[in-house]
Amino acid sequence: MTSSPAPVLESAADSTRVVRTTRSRGEVLARLAQRNGALATLVVLVVAMAVVFPSFATAGNLSQIAIQSSFFAPLALGMTFVIFTGGIDLSVGSVYALGGVLAAWGSQYGPVVAVLLPLAGCGLIGLVQGTIISRTAIPAFIVTLAGLLFARGLLLILTDEGSTTYKVPADSAFLQLSRGTFLGLGWPVWITVVLFAAGVLVLRRTSYGSTLLAVGGQEDAAELMGLPVRRSKVIVYTVSGLLAGLAGALTASYTASGVTTLGVGLELTAISAVVLGGTLLTGGAGTVFGSLVGIVLLQVVANLINRLGLTNSNWQAVVNGVLLVAVAVGQVQLSRIQARSRPGDD
Amino acid sequence: MSTQTTTPEARVETSRPRRRLDAAWVARNGVYLALVVLVLLNVVITPYFVSASNLRLQLIQAAPVIIVALGMSLVIGTKGIDLGVGSVMALSAAIMPLYIGYGTLPAILIGVAAGLVTGFVSGTLVAKLGLQPIVATLAIFVGGRGLANVIGGQIKNLSDPGLVRLGSGSTLGVPNTVLVAALVFAVVWFVVRRTTFGRGVEAIGGNPRAAELAGLRRARILLIVYMVAGVLAALAGVLAAARSQASDPRTLGLLMELNAIAAVVIGGTPLTGGKVRVVGTVAGALLMQLLVSTLVAQDVPDSVAQMIQAGVIVVAVWVQLGRKRP
Amino acid sequence: MTTTSPPPSATAERPTTPALQADGVTKRFAGVTALSDVSFSVQPGSIHALVGENGAGKSTLIKVLTGVHRPDEGRLLHQGVETSFGRAADAQDAGISTVYQEVNLVPLLSVARNVFLGREPRTRLGLVDVRRMEREAAEITRDLGVDVDVTGDLGRLGLGIQQMIALARAVSVDARVVIMDEPTSSLERREVDTLFTVARRLRDQGVGIVFVSHRLDELWQLCDAVTILRDGRVVHTGEMAPLTRRELISHMLGRDIDDVAAHGATGFGDAAAGVGSAPGADADADAAAGAGPESAGGASPAPEGALVGSGVGTTTATPALSADPVLSVSGLDARAALHDVSFDVRQGEVLGLAGLLGSGRSETVKAAYGALATTGGEVRVGGRPVRRNSIRASLAAGVALLSEDRKAEGIIPELSVRDNIVLAVMDRVSTFGVISDRKVDELVDTFVRRLGIKVSSPRQLVSQLSGGNQQKVLIARWLCTEPRVFLLDEPTRGIDVGAKREVQGLIDELASRGLGVVLISSESDELVEGSDRVVVLRDGRVSARLEGDDVTSSRLLAALVGDAAPEGGTS
Repeated sequence: MTSSPAPVLESAADSTRVVRTTRSRGEVLARLAQRNGALATLVVLVVAMAVVFPSFATAGNLSQIAIQSSFFAPLALGMTFVIFTGGIDLSVGSVYALGGVLAAWGSQYGPVVAVLLPLAGCGLIGLVQGTIISRTAIPAFIVTLAGLLFARGLLLILTDEGSTTYKVPADSAFLQLSRGTFLGLGWPVWITVVLFAAGVLVLRRTSYGSTLLAVGGQEDAAELMGLPVRRSKVIVYTVSGLLAGLAGALTASYTASGVTTLGVGLELTAISAVVLGGTLLTGGAGTVFGSLVGIVLLQVVANLINRLGLTNSNWQAVVNGVLLVAVAVGQVQLSRIQARSRPGDD
Repeated sequence: MSTQTTTPEARVETSRPRRRLDAAWVARNGVYLALVVLVLLNVVITPYFVSASNLRLQLIQAAPVIIVALGMSLVIGTKGIDLGVGSVMALSAAIMPLYIGYGTLPAILIGVAAGLVTGFVSGTLVAKLGLQPIVATLAIFVGGRGLANVIGGQIKNLSDPGLVRLGSGSTLGVPNTVLVAALVFAVVWFVVRRTTFGRGVEAIGGNPRAAELAGLRRARILLIVYMVAGVLAALAGVLAAARSQASDPRTLGLLMELNAIAAVVIGGTPLTGGKVRVVGTVAGALLMQLLVSTLVAQDVPDSVAQMIQAGVIVVAVWVQLGRKRP
Repeated sequence: MTTTSPPPSATAERPTTPALQADGVTKRFAGVTALSDVSFSVQPGSIHALVGENGAGKSTLIKVLTGVHRPDEGRLLHQGVETSFGRAADAQDAGISTVYQEVNLVPLLSVARNVFLGREPRTRLGLVDVRRMEREAAEITRDLGVDVDVTGDLGRLGLGIQQMIALARAVSVDARVVIMDEPTSSLERREVDTLFTVARRLRDQGVGIVFVSHRLDELWQLCDAVTILRDGRVVHTGEMAPLTRRELISHMLGRDIDDVAAHGATGFGDAAAGVGSAPGADADADAAAGAGPESAGGASPAPEGALVGSGVGTTTATPALSADPVLSVSGLDARAALHDVSFDVRQGEVLGLAGLLGSGRSETVKAAYGALATTGGEVRVGGRPVRRNSIRASLAAGVALLSEDRKAEGIIPELSVRDNIVLAVMDRVSTFGVISDRKVDELVDTFVRRLGIKVSSPRQLVSQLSGGNQQKVLIARWLCTEPRVFLLDEPTRGIDVGAKREVQGLIDELASRGLGVVLISSESDELVEGSDRVVVLRDGRVSARLEGDDVTSSRLLAALVGDAAPEGGTS
């Protein structure tokens, strides 16, 4: 401790003791890196690419990147919140595909149904998963794994074993959802921005956000504090389902059809984005904005790989894998540095 | 700073031992029960079920899963998980054909070596760098298949005679792939039940702190476990490619990690580690395989089959957990 | 037998309704009675100490008071009204707040958020009013005399400050009853003073405070009333001031101090008489007779079926206390826990390591074993230095440690008894990695027989054994390693009387066979009767050493309490 010794006290007011958490320079850097590493990488990458590839920094290209990210972003947002609680949702890829099919099928009844049906259906799946997870000791891993299989099965039923691809009617207003623009940016981008802004708000400015972090960080403490642990878990998985459904609907709107083979492995890409963004997989700490950065980063990297002539998406996968490891190792090292220099250990 | 030992609250004795024994017994042996039931069911409702050709088929189809699941059971025994096995299968199946010119055996060995390397990578990440198993193997999952696609494209005709004999041939009437699976089973069983390494795996998963205090080398055991899982996954990939005489890195081993984890968990090995049920794992793999083929034989559409699989997995874990509350 | 002194505030006004009261509460957990007919009341505007050793029932009582557990018998009264709390949150809503020994907050959230977790102030829109939250949190913590950046993560602060934040949270709930469960264990002197000032202020505001602490000095500083628990019962309740330290400790430990020297109460042989007596070897006789050292009478040093043949220790009956230290610890430093700890253990000697909770005993033996990171000092076995911070090196040198917490650090629950026993010597019972059943059986059978481990078969799951038998399994594990030094941390804790005596006798025997033994025990009888010498620790430092005739309960008590003079009077 760096404070000077205080005399015997008369009253609490006299005993004001300033506690400065002195940090070493290395520790400050470590903290900054952990919190903002992804953003820094993104900025550096974008700047570098703008310099090297003249066609990169065009409005067209950038908005393309934005749109591509925005189809996938809501899904990652849901995953972020699930991970805050220390859980995981392996079903989002299948639920995403399910959402797309429901949207495409529902679009024949009008744009409203096209949006509400996937939300309802996918949200329901999330609700069931959340209920099972919060009420039994079955690990989230297993429950959502089953959810993955279940959702894909449901998907096949709805499409006659994958043989039917529902098409969105060419004149449907639903198509505008993904194609229309506002101030030059597509609706999906705005939706993503709004969702993420809401996400930040929920995390920082609601007691629900605090509860989620408490559950992920120290669940027994949360229970003892009387926080609504069970309810918060149910909600978080329901929302994850909802957002996955929304993402699917957006994609269906864009491709004008409900493709059943989509989304395989998407949950793991979502997890990658979340980890890249700086959220701890163990739960209890994280950043909503970071996940957005993670998604965009993955998208930019994909763009880069394309431009390098390696149009094969497999290079993408390899790079993503390496990136994930690098970031995760970095995270572990950084938290070790921080743990080591925590004051009060003496 | 000293911690409390087992306070009275900690040990919950059972007031009705009989009942508890039953629940625990079912948890441990439920998979065999289910397998028997399923077999009997099939005997009744599926024509030609008991024929030699059908039994061969079932075993052949189950062989790769069995091999991967055995490796997975070791990893899970240490409280870990390996999400990369499917990608490793694709990787080894992509690499092997490239070296077929050197001979069947060398090519196979090189393919299997790929699994050794990925296992070394994930093992190091987990044991030395402190990464969570799910993240470390997630990276393999994501990157491995991509790498496989980059290294080898789609190959339609793997016609090397040695390979064909391995994949489709038989020895003394038993299909070679099944022989390999049986061999792997025997080795893993032996290691887990009768060697110090096997004890080490279970000790580390059961109580890592106590194991360390007893002088066990946690890091080394973890590294080896992940390497073994990698090798077995690679082996399964080679076998799968040999059997279908094709290697498509895009689809080989897809969803294998889920199948393997399900087989292990259903077979009675808890996800929290500490106990490895080798025979149970094999039974779990057979059960899943039989379940799928039963559904196929009954013309149950894929969709419903998947949903049933999902249900079985959840119920199996729930039963295994017994009365534990969250 | 319950003793009482004049009840608090008897001189003052009419008796007030207790803010919180347990009346005749009994609580059982599957065959073990944790609380037995306990009555305890917290008056508003008073600080009530709750004291007792580990296992006395303090935490259970607190859990009953805060709604975590429901009493099996008896009732709970809140403000004089009989109540029953459904869950912990209900007690909080009723104005009962608890500050735990383990900081029960969320380290990755900010200080302000932690203070207001679950009750955040809202803006009109229903969102959390962050600015107001931070402002109020800053106010509250400043009032407590701690100036922190309330926007920073809680986990960045030292444990002491975190504890203050937990108190701040309790205070901000407008509690009428605050329960403090060992709140000062991580605090420095200055922080303790601050805590007390705040506690006094709360008391003056009419809050009833329950103060649990093992730091006995603090009790007289702060508390008005005291209740002492032992073995789940109230053995004393009354005003704090008139009680003397010795009375307090003797109530806690259940010993009438002068009584101790006369009769043995453990299964230990008369250790002071040296080797040759190993009466504890015959557990049945002991248990039946209920006697102690008197039954010794020149027993042979090598009882039947003993550790002979399994190669344990030096098999010759060595004369006790040979001159060379088999374990020599010097200048051991371990971050916050230990400072310059040094002691020697000779062959054939039992060295007792004494101290109150938190004094660093467990840390010392762990450090000597290489299981706790040390930053300085040296450990030598048989004169040879052992590489620090390496468990394997310690094992190879012949050191063994029986951990205090067998559940967390001992038992591998899903493995069998025999697997648990040979865990540390697997290399010895295998060839090229393949375990030899024959060798294992040999080893296991020897120890099962010798230690009297009650199992239906060695392949039984160790988790199915009773506490006493589990402990024996662990002792067997370490004996398999043929240690020269055996460090025992609370070896008889949580096991039944019969098994206790057996273990005590075993310790005697091990020493007589030439092992150096370090014994940690919270039961002073056990420590005094089992040890040849005693080292007393306090706050991670050696504070006293007792030898020869000084190894008595009264001297030990005095050393624990910190009295200069061993006999008589309050200090």
